[in-house]
Amino acid sequence: MLKTFPKGGVHPPENKLSAHLPIRQIPLPPSVTILLSQHMGAPAKAIVEKGDQVRAGQLIATGEGFLSGNVHASVSGKVTRIDEVQDASGYKRQAVFIETAGDEWFEGIKSDDILEKDFDIDGQEIIKRITEAGIVGLGGATFPSHVKLNVPRGKKAKFLVVNGVECEPYLTSDHALMLEKGEEIMVGVQLLKKALNVKLAHIGIENNKPDAIRHLKELSAKHEGIQVHALKVKYPQGGEKQLIRAITGREVPSGGLPVDVGVVVFNIGTVYAVYEAVQKNKPLIERIVTITGKDIKQPSNFRVRIGTPISALIEAAGGLPENTGKVIMGGPMMGKALGNSEVPVVKGTSGILILSDTESSRSIIQPCIRCAKCVSVCPMCLEPYLLMPLAQQNKFDTLEAAHVMDCIECGSCSYICPASRPLLDYIRQGKSSVGKIIRSRKK
Amino acid sequence: MSMTILYTVLTLSLLGAVAALVLYQVAQRFKVFEDPRIDLVEAELPAANCGGCGYAGCRNFAETLVKSDSFDGLFCPVGGNDTMARIAAVLGREAVAKEARVAVLRCNGTCEFRPRTNVYDGTKSCAIASAIYSGETGCTYGCLGFGDCVTACTFDALHMDEKTGLPVVEDDKCTACGACVKACPRNLFELRKKWKGNKKIYVACSNEEKGGVARKNCTVACIGCGKCFKVCPYDAIVMKNNLAFIDSDKCKLCRKCVAECPTGSIIEIGFPPKKEKTAEETASVSN
Repeated sequence: MLKTFPKGGVHPPENKLSAHLPIRQIPLPPSVTILLSQHMGAPAKAIVEKGDQVRAGQLIATGEGFLSGNVHASVSGKVTRIDEVQDASGYKRQAVFIETAGDEWFEGIKSDDILEKDFDIDGQEIIKRITEAGIVGLGGATFPSHVKLNVPRGKKAKFLVVNGVECEPYLTSDHALMLEKGEEIMVGVQLLKKALNVKLAHIGIENNKPDAIRHLKELSAKHEGIQVHALKVKYPQGGEKQLIRAITGREVPSGGLPVDVGVVVFNIGTVYAVYEAVQKNKPLIERIVTITGKDIKQPSNFRVRIGTPISALIEAAGGLPENTGKVIMGGPMMGKALGNSEVPVVKGTSGILILSDTESSRSIIQPCIRCAKCVSVCPMCLEPYLLMPLAQQNKFDTLEAAHVMDCIECGSCSYICPASRPLLDYIRQGKSSVGKIIRSRKK
Repeated sequence: MSMTILYTVLTLSLLGAVAALVLYQVAQRFKVFEDPRIDLVEAELPAANCGGCGYAGCRNFAETLVKSDSFDGLFCPVGGNDTMARIAAVLGREAVAKEARVAVLRCNGTCEFRPRTNVYDGTKSCAIASAIYSGETGCTYGCLGFGDCVTACTFDALHMDEKTGLPVVEDDKCTACGACVKACPRNLFELRKKWKGNKKIYVACSNEEKGGVARKNCTVACIGCGKCFKVCPYDAIVMKNNLAFIDSDKCKLCRKCVAECPTGSIIEIGFPPKKEKTAEETASVSN
């Protein structure tokens, strides 16, 4: 039987339209907008000024603070301004604007595609290079990778888990990466194992990608201590906690981190970025972005420089269809609808999904009929139908007691609700208020 | 037969007496003394339990009032000066009169002035919408128009204007409890001094962006030019973050700033159409 997490989960239509399509490079955009906050923590601090000439891969902002990461120029050219720009949420964020001129790379970076296997680096050096390269979790949460690799004192990592699940419908960027860059991923896994000082790495892939499973299984036979697991297709298996439970059978305690059960999880995309950073000395300046949708002309997997406007991607995929209802950054389950298409690609952008107006229209909200479907699909064993009214009524202490902070915001409850209730909207709202209360209590 | 009745009566009486004794002793032992003035003070309060005073309901506020030594920082905005005077009489203290306040929305981004750039079809709640994204218009500071303030108002003093998409305060019903101030995720409500005849002059904008950007998204945005600041004879206007702010305690309603504002972001309400001297109003402060 295929492994999976035991409770909850949904199975939305997969719609992997761009699966098996090769990764294509799109032409360099005339200008890029590189946001300074592309990671979880505080924005990075710009170290370039207006008018500076930069080359691709050059450090332009340094990460300040615990959950912050370095930011690099993704193209070569001139810094035209450092100003505020609307990010995916529409709020203004600091960004560096670069006008592209040629494609010159910063010295020391190997921008070719030749596979390199140099394992003669010690763990600290690997972590140092990852920190410098500004690598963050490319699955979407953008948690800085070097923070995960520096296991806190008193805790010990036993396994490395690599997330090749890609449980979001429509998205195929990780799938394409596994098919095309399997060997590089293996090298990346070995490097991460070394950095973490663990013997065994598990790669979890959902069973709807049999070619990727076969390919990585063949490759892993040549590498020591890498196991590839086929997992049952179920959303949200790509959630860190669900994946750990599926593969290792361990359960991350409430409020805890994966490292509490001896596991550190990295996304496939992150592993590839680690390979590039350590072996090619190449910082995180490009990533694979799926651009998809039922009405779009050419659903594709693009290799995109960070900072490219979304509109350039849509153009390269055949333009915006006339019946577009929503442009979503990310997948249909956890993605975010965009207010304008000039938003730049950030490190956490895994895909752009274009939904038609009929697909994206909402159903009328009806009263809760207490069918408890949301309870049965919640992978964190919460009771969404109770949490929503609590959040509506601002009963924050009860919400906290009901473990609202365990919610991973996967949206399974809102997806399954037959009354189309916006469960997650309110739960997320309650969660943020409870989070504020908890933080103020700690102070 | 009669003996049985007698025994029954006696036994029950005895039981009753014992129980009464026990209950009396327990009541004495666990007696909680409560200041009788708390009840008196509570009776004077409006019983709205709105939390406008900052305490958990009128009872809690009454307890705090009785316990405290002075009225510093304690004020019932709903009851106002009259209520506070009566409470002062109960407690034998001196009441401190406060100026009446009224809630004012510092945004005038109606559909006409602030064009929509996208459509939000999610949950109709300002708190949720503002956590997800910046809103349907280019302005990231303005009113979202989903009426969290209307829901929060317990005095029916706020309602949405269908035409403009903005909430409207009914000055006569508003008690300045501050519920809308807390409910608005954009922090657009301000409690300003209440003038006679509900006269108002305020900068109806909270956009802190640079003038050009703010103006692009909303034609009545404050662009931070500082013209009003220069013309104000009472130093009532403060310029901060590309935004003018009229201090309602210093403002004398002279209306010089209104004429100066190039974008019309300073609003005057409640004035007669013809310009008149407002010396009378400046002298008297209404409640």
